[in-house]
Amino acid sequence: MRFMVIVKANKDSEAGVIPSEKLLADMGKYNEELAKAGVLLAAEGLQSSSKGARVRFSGSKRTVIDGPFTEAKELVAGFWLLQLKSKEEAIEWVKRCPNPFPDEESEIEIRQVFETSDFGAEFTPELRKQEERIRAQMTPKK
Amino acid sequence: MTAADTHRAIEAVWRIESARLIAGLARMVRDVGLAEEMAQDALVSALERWPESGIPDNPGAWLMATAKHRAIDVLRRNRRVERKHEELGHEVEARREAAVDHLDDAIDDDVGDDLLRLVFTCCHPVLSSDARVALTLRLLGGLSTEEIARAFLVPEPTIAQRIVRAKRTLAEARVPFEAPRGPELAPRLASVLEVIYLIFNEGYAATSGGDWTRPALCEDALRLGRILAELVPKEPEVHGLVALMEIQASRLGARIGPSGEPVLLLDQDRGRWDHVLIQRGLAALERAQATGGVPGPYLIQAAIAACHARARTPAETDWARITGLYDQLAQLMPSPIVELNRAVAVAMAFGPEAGLAIVDTLISEPALASYHLLPSVRGDLLQKLGRFDEARVELERAAALARNTRERALLLERAAGCARESARPPRREA
Repeated sequence: MRFMVIVKANKDSEAGVIPSEKLLADMGKYNEELAKAGVLLAAEGLQSSSKGARVRFSGSKRTVIDGPFTEAKELVAGFWLLQLKSKEEAIEWVKRCPNPFPDEESEIEIRQVFETSDFGAEFTPELRKQEERIRAQMTPKK
Repeated sequence: MTAADTHRAIEAVWRIESARLIAGLARMVRDVGLAEEMAQDALVSALERWPESGIPDNPGAWLMATAKHRAIDVLRRNRRVERKHEELGHEVEARREAAVDHLDDAIDDDVGDDLLRLVFTCCHPVLSSDARVALTLRLLGGLSTEEIARAFLVPEPTIAQRIVRAKRTLAEARVPFEAPRGPELAPRLASVLEVIYLIFNEGYAATSGGDWTRPALCEDALRLGRILAELVPKEPEVHGLVALMEIQASRLGARIGPSGEPVLLLDQDRGRWDHVLIQRGLAALERAQATGGVPGPYLIQAAIAACHARARTPAETDWARITGLYDQLAQLMPSPIVELNRAVAVAMAFGPEAGLAIVDTLISEPALASYHLLPSVRGDLLQKLGRFDEARVELERAAALARNTRERALLLERAAGCARESARPPRREA
């Protein structure tokens, strides 16, 4: 199964402070460890929300809101995509991660990614067929 | 944390640490079987103690320290035994002595080297192919005997016995715990790649059983391949194999239809392909090509897979390039199966007639006598040429040969389709 491991933003990351050389080196080593274990699919760090934007949906209306956004703790500062066997394995890996913000408290969140097989029990062959029938009916006749 | 939580956490730690643990111990005791037993003993200790003491901050180091104590005990005991057997002489004793003294240094030495030694030992040519697969999954993949048995639909005692025998064979043949060098490297590496691809294929196109794919095995094989690519980054064929597996695995979700039936490549919904894996596969292919040299079979197969991955629709597929790559592959490893695949590509590039001409040269090939894909491909080409009666016979023959139940059903369905076409009055030309 696949997990997204999410590092939440904080004041520093939102202010665009570049992590210390030591932290960068430690993170590099950690990423290497993940790669060497064959579990790392992707990893990215995100720039501060001041360089981002949001599109707000309300009925048929779309409103663009430019960054920065408040509530740093609700923002994402970076993520890993890992291929693992269990949530416990994800926890074990995250516990080994260097502290992303050594000067203050922070959290790293672990979320399981949906895969086709996850719909297995609910998404029965009958349901799938039903969906296909509906889709076929929706397709305009030539 | 409940006891069940702790057990799951220990399993996770085991999955992360076991291969390195076994590899480090194997270097010390020079016996993979013994090393695994020691690592297992450490695991048992963890299962006894951690539910009460909690999981230590550095569980890997704890397991290693515990296993090391066991290793020292064993080495000391062996030394005592050896003292009694004077014929063994002082040299052996001195070596054992040194081994115990340097245990700490040695075990912290380059973990990568030890892992690589473990890889080559698990895939050693003295072992049968089945034994290599089981041992690799067990010692490097961290899978339990039960998990391996389930993956291969074999009773658990069969796998347990296979692993015990494999360890005994390695000990009896005095296989050194070493990575091969020089001219020995290429054939030994080929054996490792073959084992990993065997595991992948058993997951990708299950040869037996009721399910068409077993994705967990593909994931295990991919993980092993990625580990190997980190260990020997200069070997193009390793990156080639990883690229091939990443790209093939990207189609896993699209290869199965609503009721579990196989969906063939050109009928797949390409939106359901896993683009993370495709990107990884294409990057691995680039790494393989960047190392230079003559492309090997895995790299060529990966390049073929990449042609499909890059095509946004089946119509965009560069069949001429694929045909060229199959020509290359056929020269490198001439085999009836490669020839059959080449026939399919030729049919797509230059029409079913041209493909059929190649397939027809394979009919009397003994290696393909019971291979269901030969009549399956021939049936498909005949169907495209409108020769429905012949097509039906071939598809039915393919169904009779197919061991996978899902695949058999698909073939019979297509045969029935041909029968209907054949019964229909010929269409008038417009």
